[in-house]
Amino acid sequence: MSASTAVGLGVAWPLLGAVLVLLFGRRPNLRETATLATAASLFALVATVILPAVSAGERPRVEVVEVIAGVALAFEVEPLGMVFALVASGLWFVTTMFSIGYMRGENKSDQTRFYVCFAVAIFGALGVAFAANVFTLFVFYEVITLSTFPLVTHDGTEKAKRAGRKYLGILMGTSIGFLLFALIWTYRLAGTTDFQPGGILAGKADGGILIVLLALYAFGTGKAALMPFHRWLPAAMVAPTPVSALLHAVAVVKAGVFTVLKILVYVFGLDLLSSTGASVWLTWVAAFTLLSSAVIALYQDNLKRRLAYSTISQLSYIVLGAALATPLAAIGGGMHVVMHAFGKITLFFCAGAVYVGTHKTEISQMHGLGRRMPWTFGAFLVGSLSVIGLPPLGGSWSKWFLALGAADGGSQVMLAVLMVSSLLSIGYLMPVIGKAFFSSAVDGEAGTGAERRHWLCVLPPVVTAAGCVALFFGADAIFRLLRGMVGS
Amino acid sequence: MSAGASEALSFAERFVAQLPALQVVVPMLAAPLCVLLRRPRATWLLALVVCWGSVVMSVLLLQQTLSGGPISYHEGGWEPPWGIEIRLDAVNSFVLLIVSAISALVLTTAPRSLAAEVSKKRHYLFYAAYLLCMTGLLGMASAGDAFNVFVFLEISSLASYTMIAIGPRRQALLAAFRYLMVGTVGGTLFLLGVGMLYATTGTLNMVDLAVRLQEVESSRTLLVALACIVAGLSIKLALFPLGLWLPSAYTFAPAMVSAFLAATATKVAFYVLVRFVFNVFGPELAFGDLQLDAVVLPLALAAMLISSSVAIFQQDLKRLLAFSSLAQIGYMVAGLCFASLAGLTGGIVHLFNHALMKCCLFLVTACLVLRLGSTRIDDLRGLGRRMPWTMAAFVVGGLSLVGVPLTVGFVSKWYLVLAAIEGEGWLVAAVILVSSLLALIYVWRVVEVAYFQAPPADAAEVDEAPWGLLIPVWVLAGASIYFGLFTEHSAAVAKQAAAVLLAGSGGGP
Repeated sequence: MSASTAVGLGVAWPLLGAVLVLLFGRRPNLRETATLATAASLFALVATVILPAVSAGERPRVEVVEVIAGVALAFEVEPLGMVFALVASGLWFVTTMFSIGYMRGENKSDQTRFYVCFAVAIFGALGVAFAANVFTLFVFYEVITLSTFPLVTHDGTEKAKRAGRKYLGILMGTSIGFLLFALIWTYRLAGTTDFQPGGILAGKADGGILIVLLALYAFGTGKAALMPFHRWLPAAMVAPTPVSALLHAVAVVKAGVFTVLKILVYVFGLDLLSSTGASVWLTWVAAFTLLSSAVIALYQDNLKRRLAYSTISQLSYIVLGAALATPLAAIGGGMHVVMHAFGKITLFFCAGAVYVGTHKTEISQMHGLGRRMPWTFGAFLVGSLSVIGLPPLGGSWSKWFLALGAADGGSQVMLAVLMVSSLLSIGYLMPVIGKAFFSSAVDGEAGTGAERRHWLCVLPPVVTAAGCVALFFGADAIFRLLRGMVGS
Repeated sequence: MSAGASEALSFAERFVAQLPALQVVVPMLAAPLCVLLRRPRATWLLALVVCWGSVVMSVLLLQQTLSGGPISYHEGGWEPPWGIEIRLDAVNSFVLLIVSAISALVLTTAPRSLAAEVSKKRHYLFYAAYLLCMTGLLGMASAGDAFNVFVFLEISSLASYTMIAIGPRRQALLAAFRYLMVGTVGGTLFLLGVGMLYATTGTLNMVDLAVRLQEVESSRTLLVALACIVAGLSIKLALFPLGLWLPSAYTFAPAMVSAFLAATATKVAFYVLVRFVFNVFGPELAFGDLQLDAVVLPLALAAMLISSSVAIFQQDLKRLLAFSSLAQIGYMVAGLCFASLAGLTGGIVHLFNHALMKCCLFLVTACLVLRLGSTRIDDLRGLGRRMPWTMAAFVVGGLSLVGVPLTVGFVSKWYLVLAAIEGEGWLVAAVILVSSLLALIYVWRVVEVAYFQAPPADAAEVDEAPWGLLIPVWVLAGASIYFGLFTEHSAAVAKQAAAVLLAGSGGGP
């Protein structure tokens, strides 16, 4: 199979999965097998057919239809999208495993709708990853928004509906209000919206317009959760935990920061940004978001909310990496997409496993839980350390390159910001571990029965935690792949 | 027709040559036949054959104008500007196709949807009025003569008053009466304008008018004529706030009539406005001397913002859609005000796109009336599961209204925002986008009720709508997606039409 066929097939694959899930809706085991099989085969397709081609410098391309002259629904795979697609398809499988444990453990209703929407969201994520132009990216960006809305409001409670409105309102509001506008403006300026190495705006727009356009893109991508458009993310925590894991590690937020990164690299071009300084203000916004949300995370008692604010903070690392506009920082940003995905999904899986096992959601209730759920909290520890950025875990490399990139660009302040925020992340993650392992249980319950009963909820975080370790040693491969993005 | 005399012409060729007249004459003659036939089933079949026949005719005409340029048909063989001319180019043959296709699709649903709202005894009258209204609209679109535009405008208006008044609730009478009052003012204003034009130039033929107006100094009479015509048509095309007759009319008319009128009547009036502004008066006079955009553009923007906001607070789905129509008309008029290729393309393609989605949405309300007996939003609770196909079509149509990519609404919005950016109308671009967000709110309100609220405890069993309704609904919903992806038959044609209008401004092609 040629790589470009694989690209088209890869995007359509999850949609096929959604149809299968719908067909097998009344037979849960078959239905979940369909999801797992689709996820596994998708990952195999992406990793064995598309990845080698892209690594070899190919850019497989498929054009579906030209909607408006010069604006086509088209896919083209470059290194950054390759990385995102690998993460999305790989983690889909693990998240599905977890979902089965969680949704069955909790006896949730409407599970067919859940798995269908899940598959459609992955379809959106792959479309975003492989998009050949801003238009296609925008289309799939909206697919993700719409398909995840029923997931966020899954419980159907009044609270869930309120959160859903906020979710949809902010994401659609920013994307239609700003991103669409920026898209059409880009088309007007450059006559195309194609992603091209080195960008398409050089010589087409001067400093002022660049800054406005960049602002429209950065804030229009509500999924990147830059302040002040971050509030949807904590609100969406009302969703079942597998959804939170999907949202905050794989599809939604990563699609957001991926969009920002991709647009800065392939529409503006790093050279244009660094020579005009058009993105300097964005580094400050990112730095502010990064620090302030880390501080807010310190004060959250609800574990999922704390993780949500941590996500906002970590996403801004990636935006910061792009806005610094140096090759190393951009690579660091791209790498952080992967590292944070594995770290954060581990943490969310653990939060979900704790909930299924003990129905505890607040950190203050988790006294001594570490001894009852050693695997879960072991994984939580590994995930935390990776998010903090300590070796020998994957997260250390992305922060390393981000710091190098900041130093390259001569921004000492940003270097300091990165360091301070690492300290803050120790501050909001370690107390959870401390509470779980080093304080004694209050209710006197003992035994590790909860973990054994819900092993499908416990296995996935262990797998992804192992992934964090593996990524520390495999980071070089990602680095070499991502180097193709900045053309060095 | 002069060429018709040649014996060498085969029957088919002679038939094709008469098409411009036939597509108006056939429905006109069929209307009284309906009254004679009287039997509901038979009249429906007759009307249906006529409607689909005119679809075929308008497809043939559109092909001819797209490939061979404008067609000029001289009624009775009298040469224009003395005789009456039917003049078809890319612009109005596109409009003809929209009108006839929508008429045919809507009429296909009639046996099911009409029976729920109108007593069987009056069906034949309804079909007669329907065909007359269609005649009027087709005539307005194809007339090459300003007075005939007025005549057909009155035919379509009178027929539509009847169709609104036939609605099942008593308020329908009041709504129709209000529309009649306002509509008559509109028609009179239009006639006044045409009269002044005649007084100034001594001709009524639109091509001839354009030529002679070039020679006439811009005078106050001319400006008043233009103002009268614009104001009269603005009432007909329901430009805010002159279009406030529309919400009640659409709410109380039978759902099928709302679907038909929303997709055709206002659209044809918009076409006539575009034709007069660009081809009769010319943009220099309209935008230079009269500064039309200074008056009309703010109204269009107000339409988008105010009507969309009002739509959010409606309790009745049909009323909500009616206010949404007012807002969408604002888009089209804004497109006209840019007077650029992108702007006019946006306006014209939105004419087409909005016809598709609004017709789809109003037919959805027809399904609701039939099965649920109500279009109150409160009554839609949990309907997503009980009428899945109907509500799914609503979602597709609703997303088109918002302008989500891969739907037709996105294509319209693309051209309109592009035109705004080109013309550096930043405020307009912002208003278009804000109004899309307001559309998201009012659409989502319904989606949330239908999909995320439990049905009321005492709810009766509801069946899915019958195929007779669902098929046309899904044809339109499918078209809303198809033309969002493949625009060579919508946006490309609209672009060609806009180019014709811009090139023809002042002289005619």
